[in-house]
Amino acid sequence: MSVFVEREKCVGCGGCTEVCPGNLLFLREGKAQIRDVRDCWGCTACVKECPKNAIFYYLAADLGGAGGRLYAEDTPSTLNWVMKWPDGSEERILVDKKKANEY
Amino acid sequence: MKTLTKQADILIIGGGAAGCYAAITLAEKHPGLSVILADKANIKRSGCLAAGVNALNAYITPGHTPMDYVRYAEKDAEGIVRGDLLLSLAEGFNRVTEKLEQLGLVILKNPDGSYRTRGNRNIKINGENIKPLLAEAATRSKNVMVLNHVNMVDYLQEDGAVSGAWGIDVREERMVFIAASAVICATGGAAGLYLPNHPGSSRHKMWYSPFNTGAGYAMGLRAGAEMTTFEMRFIALRCKGTIAPTGTLAQGIGAAQVNARGEAYQTAYGNTTSERLFAVVSENLAGRGPCYLKTSGITQEEQESLEKAYLNMAPAQTMRWCETKLEPRYYDVEVEGTEPYVVGGHTGSGYWVDEKRQTTLKGLFAAGDVAGGAPQKYVTGALVEGEIAADAAAEFAKDRKTPVLPAETVERKKEWAMHFLQGTSAGANVASRSCADTSPSMGAAAPGHLWPSEKLPVYDTDSLEDAMQQAMDEYAGGIKTSYRYTEAGLFQANAHIERIERLSDFLRARDFYGLMKIFELKDRLMVSRALIAHMSARKETRWHSFAENLDHPGKDAAYEKYVNSRLEDGKIKILFRPLVKEGDTA
Repeated sequence: MSVFVEREKCVGCGGCTEVCPGNLLFLREGKAQIRDVRDCWGCTACVKECPKNAIFYYLAADLGGAGGRLYAEDTPSTLNWVMKWPDGSEERILVDKKKANEY
Repeated sequence: MKTLTKQADILIIGGGAAGCYAAITLAEKHPGLSVILADKANIKRSGCLAAGVNALNAYITPGHTPMDYVRYAEKDAEGIVRGDLLLSLAEGFNRVTEKLEQLGLVILKNPDGSYRTRGNRNIKINGENIKPLLAEAATRSKNVMVLNHVNMVDYLQEDGAVSGAWGIDVREERMVFIAASAVICATGGAAGLYLPNHPGSSRHKMWYSPFNTGAGYAMGLRAGAEMTTFEMRFIALRCKGTIAPTGTLAQGIGAAQVNARGEAYQTAYGNTTSERLFAVVSENLAGRGPCYLKTSGITQEEQESLEKAYLNMAPAQTMRWCETKLEPRYYDVEVEGTEPYVVGGHTGSGYWVDEKRQTTLKGLFAAGDVAGGAPQKYVTGALVEGEIAADAAAEFAKDRKTPVLPAETVERKKEWAMHFLQGTSAGANVASRSCADTSPSMGAAAPGHLWPSEKLPVYDTDSLEDAMQQAMDEYAGGIKTSYRYTEAGLFQANAHIERIERLSDFLRARDFYGLMKIFELKDRLMVSRALIAHMSARKETRWHSFAENLDHPGKDAAYEKYVNSRLEDGKIKILFRPLVKEGDTA
């Protein structure tokens, strides 16, 4: 259970390092880096905070993960969750910020 | 070493739901008082609501009264609650809900504008942004200064009252001293005491925030405060693997609990929170596991709604459904129990407080998961408690001159913190370091140390944390023993915890993050030791699984009382107190 920073996309804004509730992310040589992937709670605060979609979240193998990557695009009206699968396909789930959970 | 010294009328420690709401209350009702809100991370996403929350689980729905809620919580906890505290929270649930809506929280409504309810006590929301909304309101308050990434370590005391606290600024690598006329502790509960469900690469995939380390309990104990009901542990029943909430499935779509044979078993066990967990544990032990929430048969639309709902609070679950193709409309969702936690928002564990949430230490107030006596508090209860504590702290602060920190105290605390950095590059030159090393703690082979190998400690913080979690798991009713324990086992657990506590004094950190990890471990050890004492003191089994004492498997009327504790001369001293009903005072 953790997040992965794609270094080539990271612009070093530090947004993720600011919001991580565990102080797990920090900047080194202008790029975000995680101290220890085992310490991630999986809250996805950093995934949502990243303006460049440079951080994805993945289910660790011990939790039944199958190599997928979960990104989030934050727009004013929706939070767009993008799941990319190992075969190159992707799936999107758009959550309307003005709509409450039905359940 | 760099230091930051501040003064305020009120210091709030911890900016989760309760802490933020205390700050908002002080801004609105007591604008003349200066307030500092210190949080170990950034209040935008700190605490247990980082990912969001699926529903507001404590709301007085039409046709019900606050007393109904008190009765529900009392029954669920088999009578060990503070009726006075519960009633004061229940009376405020709907008030703070309205306030949340004003702050921007989206709440599901009926065509007539009333809130749509889920069961008797819940309302449906989009809780993804609940924390940013609370943080924004706290931050824009003129009289509130927010100190992010400042981890408070211990209270300061003067003339028999709490007079502030000291801590470390993880970002700026400096020590922080805050003098305050009143302090509100809102640090949350304790996770990470027990070996988690997935101790390997997913060791932090747990129900409660792994960053809630029981700091407030430990600080209180070390300062002499009285704690209550630690032995009522909380163990969550969650979706297998992702540890995502089950309420959305059980209450939201009405999914029944079934065992591997497809039998609905719940009615055989009762239906309190602990009995629902106990049912799963028992079915598994009887060879009828795994257990599931029966979701098969739901519609495609229902499934899509569920996927969105989980993204708003526990994205892992949606990811798992999509990734494994085990769609809930075809496959039932497996459930499992988590490792145990100490958390006053769900059970009765925490500071012993009066109606105004003042602890047994003058000038110290508590709210949220760190305050005891009021289970089933949930988010709204934490907010109400933040409000009550804020009003009381304001009243107290008005009549007190802001304390001054004696220079000698500051030096003593600095020296103590410095000793954990000795022999490392951090200790040699804290101020000049700009970039943290990747590994939090030192260990014998780690770079960044200056001492010769023979002087280095054998253990690092991680290895002592492993040792603590293993001892608790094996001997103090962890997952390994299906949450059951014996007094002989508890005795072993205590011996291990005391040994690890002694070893923890030799730990060394090579940056402030590592220093924080050492303090977190020490806090967890303190809480574990108190928890063991509480579990040993309640010689009955009042709550299955939460406190399953194999030496005393039944309920005993003699224990219709609170088990409380204080730290005296380094030892946990247990005391019992009679039950307090609504309308009474403690």
